[in-house]
Amino acid sequence: MLRVEDIHTYYGDSYVLRGVSLEVPQGSVIALLGRNGVGKTTLVRSIIGFTQPRESKGIFFKDVDITQKPTYDIVEMGMGIVPQGRRVFPSLSVEENLTLGASKGAEGGKWNLERIYELFPVLAKRSNHRGNKLSGGEQQMLAVARALMTNPQLLLMDEPTEGLAPLLVRAVGDIISHLKEEGLSILLVEQNLSFALKMADHVHVMSKGQIVHSSSPQELTEREDIKSRYLGV
Amino acid sequence: MSFWIEQTFAGLSYGGLLFLLASGLSLIFGVMRIINMAHGSYFILGAYIGVTVVEVTGSWLLALLLASLAVAILGIFMHRFFLRVLGHGVAAELPQVMITVGFLFIIQQASIDIWGGDPMIVKVPSYLDWSMEIGGIFFPVYRIFMLVVACVMAVTLWLGLEKTRAGAMVRASVDDSEMTRGLGINTERLSMAIFGLGAFLAGLGGVIGGGFIGVYPGLDFQILPLAFAVVIIGGLGTLRGAALGSLIVGLMDTFGKALFPELSYFTLFAPMAIVLAIKPTGLFGRA
Ligand SMILES: Nc1ncnc2c1ncn2[C@@H]1O[C@H](COP(=O)(O)OP(=O)(O)O)[C@@H](O)[C@H]1O
Ligand SMILES: [Mg+2]
Repeated sequence: MLRVEDIHTYYGDSYVLRGVSLEVPQGSVIALLGRNGVGKTTLVRSIIGFTQPRESKGIFFKDVDITQKPTYDIVEMGMGIVPQGRRVFPSLSVEENLTLGASKGAEGGKWNLERIYELFPVLAKRSNHRGNKLSGGEQQMLAVARALMTNPQLLLMDEPTEGLAPLLVRAVGDIISHLKEEGLSILLVEQNLSFALKMADHVHVMSKGQIVHSSSPQELTEREDIKSRYLGV
Repeated sequence: MSFWIEQTFAGLSYGGLLFLLASGLSLIFGVMRIINMAHGSYFILGAYIGVTVVEVTGSWLLALLLASLAVAILGIFMHRFFLRVLGHGVAAELPQVMITVGFLFIIQQASIDIWGGDPMIVKVPSYLDWSMEIGGIFFPVYRIFMLVVACVMAVTLWLGLEKTRAGAMVRASVDDSEMTRGLGINTERLSMAIFGLGAFLAGLGGVIGGGFIGVYPGLDFQILPLAFAVVIIGGLGTLRGAALGSLIVGLMDTFGKALFPELSYFTLFAPMAIVLAIKPTGLFGRA
């Protein structure tokens, strides 16, 4: 589904991603872990085209090199993003937030307002509220739902549990499991280790702009050295 | 008493004219985060083209339409072939503003080359060129017309922004244009349309304003600071701000010139300084 090959991304002169490669196979959930500031968000930004890598051997989405493509073309090809910090549009109502990017999707999708409101009843209740009038948890649901409305085949989720109470973390987990069952491929950026281990088929650990460990979730569970050195647990 | 009523009416109608100019400037800033320095040039170009169309065809309505459309096409051209190629984001903003400064000078020189240096006026049709007497006070019908056009435009823009899908795209883009792209929306095409719309409104303002302030070399530099004052007072990127800011600046400028002619710039820029000191983002602006 997605293949990232040796990307190098800068913000001005600051060299952030120092040669990152990873793959998200069709239908799998791949977790990306790492402390604050190691470059997880920058990787997501590079994939979706917000910040284009300065050098790379390519970012292949459904076998098409998307490195030079503008974000809106990448999204139209079937990639969705749930950004860090939610970034709900405050001037738009909940319903407008949802319908803004509504699309049948590159491969024809089943998400529409009706199904979204079924899965997220809290959004249905608040459809006329402005985006910024929602609680943190509701905003997170809206950010996920908004991305689903584009009917993606690959979803990039950047710390979807950040700042959420345990009950809401579980709700996000249920949604991710549900999406995975439906065949969606997901790149899940997390700082919540146990959550990521539960969700993922495969995990990568990042440090200083590079991937320093890749394994199954089971293996990482046992690697106390990696956990204490790179994840602070 | 009649002095106050007359001046208030003059100020409000002048504010209407300023709204045509400033609303586009503000919308363009909202979606692109740049100040279009050529916005005053659109205004004089609208007026000059209006003069010519009236001369050639004798139709003032045609002038209104053709001049605004011509300026809109120029705006779209500027965006498509000069601003857009610079991309988007913080790094693109300064080069984009410099391009608009370039167009400011090009349009300035071109209009002197084409229309000469003498002041001109867009000939107003006789059905608008009279005054209505109400209770002993004379209201120039042309100014009533100006105010009506501004109100119609304000309501149309508001409905377009609040009630349509395109309007939701514009609002989203003002909130967070990167994330708008992240939902698959081509914000470049969107900002091109907004650039064209802003140019259209400024051109329309030029033809209308050219009927009573005329048009002459240097008017671009005179009118642009007024539009700046409007968006600084009202807040960049908001339509409500542009509307309220226009009325404030229109009234301030009119009363300032009538009551303290020697202080005219002060009466214009004092409210701006006060708003900046109290609420730097303008009355309706968000940080
Ligand atoms: N817009 C930006 N401009 C400059 N530096 C940035 C920007 N965004 C992030 N950085 C820097 O890049 C590094 C990686 O940040 P980020 O990708 O956000 O890390 P993470 O998501 O893993 O916390 C950090 O050192 C951060 O300070
Ligand atoms: Mg991050």
